[in-house]
Amino acid sequence: MAERKISTPAVNLETQPFWDAAAQGKLLIKKCTACGEPHFYPRSHCPFCFSDKTEWAEASGKGTVYTYSVMRRAPIPYAIAYVTLAEGPTMMTNIVDCDLDSIEIGQAVRLVFKPSEGGPPVPMFTPA
Amino acid sequence: MSIKDKAYIVGIYEHPTRLATDKTVMMLHAEVAAGALADAGLTKNDIDGYFCAAGDTPGLGQISAADYLGLKTKHIDSTDVGGSSYLLQVGHAAEAIALGKCSIALITLAGRPRAEGMATGTQPRAPAVPMPESGFESPYAPATANMYAMAAMRHMHQYGTTSEQLAWVKVAASHHAQHNPHAMLRDVVTVEDVVNSPMIADPLHRLDCCVISDGGGAIILAAPEIAKSLKRPLVKVIGAGEAPKHQMGGKVDLTYSGAVWSGPLAFAEAGVRPADVKYASIYDSFTITVVMQLEDLGFCEKGQGGRFVSDGNLISGVGKLPFNTDGGGLCNNHPSNRGGLTKVVEAVRQLRGEAHPAVQVKNCDIALAHGTGGSLGTRHAAATVIMERG
Repeated sequence: MAERKISTPAVNLETQPFWDAAAQGKLLIKKCTACGEPHFYPRSHCPFCFSDKTEWAEASGKGTVYTYSVMRRAPIPYAIAYVTLAEGPTMMTNIVDCDLDSIEIGQAVRLVFKPSEGGPPVPMFTPA
Repeated sequence: MSIKDKAYIVGIYEHPTRLATDKTVMMLHAEVAAGALADAGLTKNDIDGYFCAAGDTPGLGQISAADYLGLKTKHIDSTDVGGSSYLLQVGHAAEAIALGKCSIALITLAGRPRAEGMATGTQPRAPAVPMPESGFESPYAPATANMYAMAAMRHMHQYGTTSEQLAWVKVAASHHAQHNPHAMLRDVVTVEDVVNSPMIADPLHRLDCCVISDGGGAIILAAPEIAKSLKRPLVKVIGAGEAPKHQMGGKVDLTYSGAVWSGPLAFAEAGVRPADVKYASIYDSFTITVVMQLEDLGFCEKGQGGRFVSDGNLISGVGKLPFNTDGGGLCNNHPSNRGGLTKVVEAVRQLRGEAHPAVQVKNCDIALAHGTGGSLGTRHAAATVIMERG
C-alpha cells in the first residue's frame, strides 16, 4: 500500500537537537531542572515555572493513545493522534503500520520513525 | 471599571453572497461596511475606530484596509485569533468607547475561500511562516476536521457522547435555516441524515461540518448618547470575556474549551447567569464545537452537552435554548472560514426583534454570542459577548 508523504518538519536553532536525535532514532523531550516538570513541544523556557534551566531528556518511546481520528477524506487515509508518553507529556503524532480501524483510546503504543520528504525522520507510533 | 452599558451595537450587516467569484476581498469589506452604516443611519466619516482581523485583510492587514476604505480613525485594532476575532473585537471596541478612545467603531470581516476553491476542512494548512509548534505538528497532517474530530473522539470516550447527540445540533440548525433565504443549506435534515452522511474524519460526518462560504459582515458600535440619537432599536453590550487555551506544555486536555474562562468573565461583568439568556449564538464550526462550548459556558453540566442538545432543545419555539436561528455556520454561512461576526449579527437581530418571524424568540431581552477561533484540537481563543435589549 502507498504511504502518505510526510512533509519536512520545520527545524530551527532551538529544535535542532531534537531533530539531530531523531536522525539517531531517539525521541527527546525537555525537562525543567528547576521544577522537575517535563514538557512538550520542547522550548527554551519551562512553560510551567518559566525557568530557562531546561534540558533534553530521552523518552522511552512508550505511550498510550489519548485520542485519534482517521482522516477518510485524503488520497491515503491516515490516523492523527495525541499520544501520552510514559514520561508524562502528550504529543501530536500519527499512528502507523496498523489497521486504522483497530485504533483505540488507551491503547499501548511504541515509537517508530518515518522518513520525511527530505528532512529528518519524524517520530510516530505503532501498536505496542 | 467595566464596559457594561458603555457601548451599543447600532449597525449590523451580513453580506447575502455565499459565492463571490466576481468580487475581491476588499470589495466585500467595503460592501459590508456600507451595509452596516446604512443599517445604523451613519456615514463613513462618522467612524473614528476601526477593527478588522489581519488574516482576512490583504496586504499589511489593517493599514491597507483603512487605506482602501478611506478611513480616518483615532483607534485601530487588528487582533486576529481566527474565527472568534470579531467577538473579541466587540469587547475591545466597547472598551475603547468606554475609555473615550473612539465613539463610533466599525468591525469588518470578508473573504472568499469558496471562490478560491479552498478545501478548508480536509486539507492540511501550512502557515506561510513556520510557527513555533510547526515542526511538531505539520508532518502529521493536521487539517481542521481531524483536529476537531480528536476533541469529539475524546469527549465521546470520556462522557459517552454519541454521534446521534452531535447530530441534533445540525438538525436544529437546519430547522432554522429553512427560513433563511440566504442560507447555503436550507433543507431540514434528520439525525439519520447526519449519521449516514459520509465520514470525513472519525467521528465527524460530512453533516457535522460547517459550510465553506464567501462573504462577510460588519458591526458598528457607538457610545450611548450616539446610539440613543439613532433610529434603530437599542442593543447594548453588558459583558465580554476572552481567553486563549492551548496544549499547556503537553498536559493536553481536549475535553474543554477556553469558554470555561471567557464565559464566567462575561457573565460576571454582565451580572447575569446562563439561565437568564433567552437566545445564544454559539460558534458551530462542527457539531462538537457547540456541545463543548454549551457545557463550558454553564448551560448544562460538564459532559451532559450531548444530552442537552438532543430532542430539539436548541430549536427556536421548541427547546429551552434557541441557538443560531440564522442557520449558523452549519447551514447558513461561514464567511472567510470565520464564524464569529455572524454570531453577533444574529444575536442583535434577535434582541431587536428582527429575526425571521418563524424563529424570533419571544421577549428576547438578553442574548449571548460565543466563539472559538483556532482549533479545539490544538490551541484557540474563546470569546464571549453578552448583550441586552434597550
